[in-house]
Amino acid sequence: MIQIENLSVRAGDFRIQNVSLTVPSGRYGVLMGKTGSGKTTILETVLGLRDASMGRIVLGDLDVTGLNPAVRGVGYVPQDGALFSSMTVRDHLDFALMIRKTPKPACQQRVEELAELLGIENLLDRKPHGLSGGERQRVALGRALSFQPKVLCLDEPLSALDDDTRVRMCDLLSDVQKKTGTTTLHVTHNRDEAERLADYLFRIRDGQIQQVRPES
Amino acid sequence: MSSTPPTSEGHGSFPESSAEGHAPAPGREPSASQIGISNAVFYALFVVMGGTYVVLIVGMLIADAAYMTEKTFDGITSEGRSLLSVISHNPISTALADKRIQHSIWLSLISCTMSAVISVMIAIPMGYLISRHDFRGKRLLDAVLDIPIVLPPLVIGLSLLILFQFPPFRWIARDVVYQVPSVVLAQFSVACAFAVRTMKATFDHINPRCEDVAITLGCSRAQAFGWVLLPEAERGILTAFTLAWARSLGEFGPLLIFSGATRMKTEVLSTSVFLEMNVGDIEAAVAVSFIMVMAAVVVLILTRMIGSNHHAIQ
Repeated sequence: MIQIENLSVRAGDFRIQNVSLTVPSGRYGVLMGKTGSGKTTILETVLGLRDASMGRIVLGDLDVTGLNPAVRGVGYVPQDGALFSSMTVRDHLDFALMIRKTPKPACQQRVEELAELLGIENLLDRKPHGLSGGERQRVALGRALSFQPKVLCLDEPLSALDDDTRVRMCDLLSDVQKKTGTTTLHVTHNRDEAERLADYLFRIRDGQIQQVRPES
Repeated sequence: MSSTPPTSEGHGSFPESSAEGHAPAPGREPSASQIGISNAVFYALFVVMGGTYVVLIVGMLIADAAYMTEKTFDGITSEGRSLLSVISHNPISTALADKRIQHSIWLSLISCTMSAVISVMIAIPMGYLISRHDFRGKRLLDAVLDIPIVLPPLVIGLSLLILFQFPPFRWIARDVVYQVPSVVLAQFSVACAFAVRTMKATFDHINPRCEDVAITLGCSRAQAFGWVLLPEAERGILTAFTLAWARSLGEFGPLLIFSGATRMKTEVLSTSVFLEMNVGDIEAAVAVSFIMVMAAVVVLILTRMIGSNHHAIQ
């Protein structure tokens, strides 16, 4: 479950006050809003990259408000993928497991699982340089899912893709989310993407979050 | 509503032009030939202005080489030596055979490398903090870091000398001032500022999201820095090292004051040029200058090669 309760955040001169939303366990939540509406700020607060000035964030059964982002157990796919240019795709999928000192055979198995799930088996030994937009986002998604997080946060992950790739990536995201059962919060300004993916659809406008689907 | 006649509201901002349709714009239309000539003049001017500097640099190097060649062949004609003796009797080989120059070359290589390594070690954390964090006094710190760049080199040497009059520096002054460590310290004082600037620019260009992602994956700040940011900054680190090394090689003013110009002790290549010029041996001075040029070129090529290899792997 992702539960945002009466959250207030300040980012420079920008301010979000007293917003709430809940995505139940195992469901796909989409937060839709225009550029500059504060949706990324909210996502960053869930991730712990930004401090909440008021309110609570609960992930699963755990109140993570004020908790270090490293121990929140949230997978993160940023807009541009933010791949590590010096690492191979395999290293990306391996990275979080390496940090957790997971034994080698288990790492290898997990990498193979993820590569198959995302259809990137043939990219494992390549570096990000030269990967297509869709491939980059698959790698970023694999990296975020590698440590089997309870929650996945996606920040406009498909905005840099062409229409065909976007449709295919939407199907992949939906498929992967169903297979892994990871509670997901996806932020986008694209209505079509939101309609396709959302079990729970929220719209942010003028600093207010309104639940669109299912109607509350 | 019905009383209002249909108006051209959409064209309201340009009523005159819309009324007259395709009215000619006042003045002359630009002609293709004029634009062509103007562009040609523009580039010609820029190439000439920029090229002047390149001609100056290459000209200096060619003049050095020509001078040495002339001196080498002067020796052949005046002393009646064979053409093959060029290899053993030329200003560079004569300079290289000199024990004092040999000492100077070694000290230069070692001190420049040490000062560049220390500069990079300091520049990485400093560049990171300035690039990634906002804190009180950041602008002041930025200005302080420019001091070694804008200060006259002699003043840096003098200031170092004065600094070692005061404790705690005074306690180690005997082992530093006019000794070999002073050479490294004088070179480092200036070179580090350039390395910090380079590292800051490097970190500025690396997407901070990469670190954010690493942290959400379970990294501490140090782990994110070591595993993600540092490998991304590899080329910047190499550039900072090269710049600091080259800067150290060219350092002279602070060395003269803070280290002295004692032969076989604190003499580095730039000091050698000065000392040879002082005794009127221009041939030797030019030869040592040429050795410096070659050393700088070798370091530049090496770092470029390492850098481009790394890039090719990516």
